[in-house]
Amino acid sequence: MAAELPELAAVHWRPRVDDARLTRSARAWTLSTCAHVIPFLAAGIALVALSPLALPVALAARAHAWIIPELYAQRGANVVRPKRTRAPAEAEALSVGLLGDLVGHDARALHAQTGLVPERGRLGTWLVGPAGALLVRRGGRRAYCYCVRVNDTALPTGDRIAHLLLALRADEQGFATVANMAFSGAPWRVRRRLDPAQRPALDAARALDSRARD
Amino acid sequence: MSRLIRMDHTGHSTLAQWTADDPVAVEAAVQAFRKELDRGYFGMVSTGEGHAEQVKELPVAADLVIMRLPISGG
Repeated sequence: MAAELPELAAVHWRPRVDDARLTRSARAWTLSTCAHVIPFLAAGIALVALSPLALPVALAARAHAWIIPELYAQRGANVVRPKRTRAPAEAEALSVGLLGDLVGHDARALHAQTGLVPERGRLGTWLVGPAGALLVRRGGRRAYCYCVRVNDTALPTGDRIAHLLLALRADEQGFATVANMAFSGAPWRVRRRLDPAQRPALDAARALDSRARD
Repeated sequence: MSRLIRMDHTGHSTLAQWTADDPVAVEAAVQAFRKELDRGYFGMVSTGEGHAEQVKELPVAADLVIMRLPISGG
């Protein structure tokens, strides 16, 4: 087994993430979403059944059923939302050059287009950004969004991605354990909340994961 | 020629360069590597496509050793 990330010492109480734990997390997120949506929908239907005059309240309940999962998906998409960098342009270019040395041609091209770097792992297919990562699993049918970053936000974006990429490559399960999960759900829910320029990266990750599963 | 680099605010800085048959350059690289470890950096080397390894001693045979900072959940 490869050496564990030293950063795990800071989150020693967390169980190490593995396939089974990710599957359980996904189920818990689905149950939680149902627990938010079903009562509001049921209440809306019941109110209209009891009195058609309650239609406005029923519509408000339906709006709640829609907006709560959307807010969670937004939180997930935010982990890779592009942010303005404080690093000088020269440092940015140099950092992107180093990042390019660490990945293949396709990943370089996708990074240039979307700002995210795809990385195939044992747990699934990752998309790594400067301050977070998306994990696509189960043949591209499930997305997990993680908040994770290097503890120096003044670094140029290429270096910030390279930090995460090297940690991911050294200990993928440890990486997923150190990171904070912000959302898990269907990729289409995350996709429509992503910056439009980033959506091709998620499409590519889904395709990669789907091919890897076949 | 092997290189020891540190990812920093400049993009990256080359801290040392060496060849295995130059003991003076190797020793300078080892010292530079240890200094970065003392500053809280971790040494990383690529070990094939999609794989990397953290190292606690300078791997003299490696082409590229990258010093990175710790990561954490956001």
